[in-house]
Amino acid sequence: MRINVVRAGLASVVAAGFMFGSGAAFAASAEKGKALFMKNGCWQCHGTQGQGSVATSGGKTLAPDPLPLETFISFVRTTNRAMPPYREAILSNEDLTDIHAYLSSIPKPADYKTIQLLNE
Amino acid sequence: MTRKNSRNEVRPDVDRRKFLTGVAIAGAASAVAPSAEAATGDAVTHPVGAEPPRPSAVRPSAMVAAAETGTPKELAKAQGPHGSDFMVDVIKSLDIEYLPSNPASSFRALHESLINYGGNKKPEFLTCTHEESAVAMAHGYFKIAGKPLMTLCHGTVGLQHATMAIYNAWCDRVPVIVVGGNDLDAAHRPPGVPTFHSAQDINALVRDFTKWDDTPVSLQHFAQSFVRAYKISMTPPYEPVAISLDAGLQEQTVHNNGESLYIPRYVPTSPPAGDLNAVREAARLLANAERPVIVVDRAARTPKGIPLLVELAELLQAPVVDQGGRMNFPKTHHLSRPASVIGQADVIIGLELSDYWATVNAWIDNGEHGHGIQEARINPNTKLISINSVDLNTKANYQDFQRFQVVDVQMAADAEATLPALIDSVKSAIPTSAKAAIEKRGEAYRKAKQEARVRTREAAALAWDASPISTARLAAEIWPLIKDLDWSMVGSDRQMSNWASRLWPMEKHYHHLGGPGGYGVGYNLPAAMGAALANRSLGRFSVNLQTDGDMMYAPGVMWTAAHHQIPVLTVMHNNRGYHQEVMHVQRLSNRRDRVASLGKDMGPIGTSITNPDIDYAKLAASMGWWSAGPIKDPSELGPTLKRAVEVVKSGQPALVDVWTQPR
Repeated sequence: MRINVVRAGLASVVAAGFMFGSGAAFAASAEKGKALFMKNGCWQCHGTQGQGSVATSGGKTLAPDPLPLETFISFVRTTNRAMPPYREAILSNEDLTDIHAYLSSIPKPADYKTIQLLNE
Repeated sequence: MTRKNSRNEVRPDVDRRKFLTGVAIAGAASAVAPSAEAATGDAVTHPVGAEPPRPSAVRPSAMVAAAETGTPKELAKAQGPHGSDFMVDVIKSLDIEYLPSNPASSFRALHESLINYGGNKKPEFLTCTHEESAVAMAHGYFKIAGKPLMTLCHGTVGLQHATMAIYNAWCDRVPVIVVGGNDLDAAHRPPGVPTFHSAQDINALVRDFTKWDDTPVSLQHFAQSFVRAYKISMTPPYEPVAISLDAGLQEQTVHNNGESLYIPRYVPTSPPAGDLNAVREAARLLANAERPVIVVDRAARTPKGIPLLVELAELLQAPVVDQGGRMNFPKTHHLSRPASVIGQADVIIGLELSDYWATVNAWIDNGEHGHGIQEARINPNTKLISINSVDLNTKANYQDFQRFQVVDVQMAADAEATLPALIDSVKSAIPTSAKAAIEKRGEAYRKAKQEARVRTREAAALAWDASPISTARLAAEIWPLIKDLDWSMVGSDRQMSNWASRLWPMEKHYHHLGGPGGYGVGYNLPAAMGAALANRSLGRFSVNLQTDGDMMYAPGVMWTAAHHQIPVLTVMHNNRGYHQEVMHVQRLSNRRDRVASLGKDMGPIGTSITNPDIDYAKLAASMGWWSAGPIKDPSELGPTLKRAVEVVKSGQPALVDVWTQPR
């Protein structure tokens, strides 16, 4: 839990200041993003840490290193692949920015070569 | 009052019921009164012209007294051998090891004969708590043993319970001999419940998804039907068969009527092999292809199928895409490749595919009107070859034959039986000039396999320490505990991103058994118990990766496993939801611009199994299993699994409940 708080703080700094069309600055929150990631069912296909699955995300991962924010939002709005598009009426740009902040806060995994169980 | 009948005869108007009653009373009186007088010996006097007074009670006659106080005579027993004993002799001739079943009155005579006359051996009765579980146990057993089991079920309600499992076996091309008890004779069967449970034609329930059925009306007919049922189910394509077994026939004695009963000898039927001209044309296409791809689903019908597929693939250095209906091809082989290679192919050979259309096309559930987006995965000039025994046995109603796909060379034949001829033809057809290119192709796939191995492990490292526990971690924690054993994965890992298949070196036919076939949920747990039963006598260690949704359809089969001492390690992939269904509701919500309502759950209402969380460890313990969990901390998983493995090695079933990521 402590680690998550640190990550959330870092992500907030990274994503802070994203500008929307209205001209208002929006401070993204990784903590809020995590809650939105769960509430909106993103985790059901992408896993709670955006690790993805060959079964539900074609093996694609959301984290670490998510798509750039604008590309990320564009994909969510317009996808014609297995993931259904989410229009703004049900998931706002602010929500997506928070979610992106959460994904950005997820650290890189350990090198698999250092995990004994993956080298059996 | 008089009335006329249709022939204008005149007769007294007598109420038949009152007439009969009167006769009965008069008869009783005339039978009893003289005996009473004779018994007392008293002089009887009464006024002239008046009826003698009747006694308020009379003494019983000697015959009645003897009947009321004496030892009753033994009832006459049926003479001659019992019909159901003969049925047991027929069943024993086919070397059927087990009979998973839920007991029922409509087959009571056969049940009695099996355990008393037959000694409860070959087949041994396995007590099941649900007919669906019984059939699914037979399903899983076959995938290890290669031999069918029979099951007995009550004719109507029992068979209704069994139907989904029979449909799964049908779609998965697995033989099961389903015998349904049925009391046909309306004049003699017991009224009430047994009549509710009788029908004219119980087989009609399952006729759409069984290969053959019969209703024998004599014992000799039964012998022929049973051996024929076995033979038909074991001729590729393997399929379930059904026999409606009359309760009266089971209980009757053997009447010779001048002829002796006999048991027909079972002689296996040769599987159908492909036409040689079609085989040569297929070989010509494959041998001259630049990028041939082999796609397999249930191609390795027996263990012998695996080395044949390896030989064909190595001859061509063609990648093999295993769709996983069976363990067809070693997953460690450099030619074992993912489905993405299909898009590069100029020639594809599909062997026992359940869905050729979806092999070469994609359907994406993302259209505005629910029609989806259809895309070809292949070049329009790609040549397609098919060898499929199911082409010999298509029925109309259930749509397991999938969408229609035009194929260039199509053989209605068994793939495994055709492979030797195909291999020979390919050897002859490969031009000498092509051999260097084929070798080079193989080198490229060796390199690709190595790269894929690294990518797989990098993906497994993601969310390594997450809670709920990642499905990759779950598979990785099990592996070191079983790697030195003769292990067998008896449950499907399809719902956990195939992590076991990706991380464990699967090479033998019993390392991976495929799925239910018809995707009917409730298959995995009982099928795993059936497969573990078959592994038990071979000394193999069985591992069942078990989803929570599937478990809750008929968890009673855990009791069957404990009762019959089937050793199996069940590890729960407990994601607390029906995750296959989550996105259907989410997708429709998105399409309609509505936020999916979660209620108090984790997913759209109706898709979660939470509030309360089911304690699978307690559930298993209540049925006699060693159990632990729920495990939520990944660091606790390894030590817990280690203890469970030791329990299973001692011959008992064990369950570890693990809270997992969705997939």
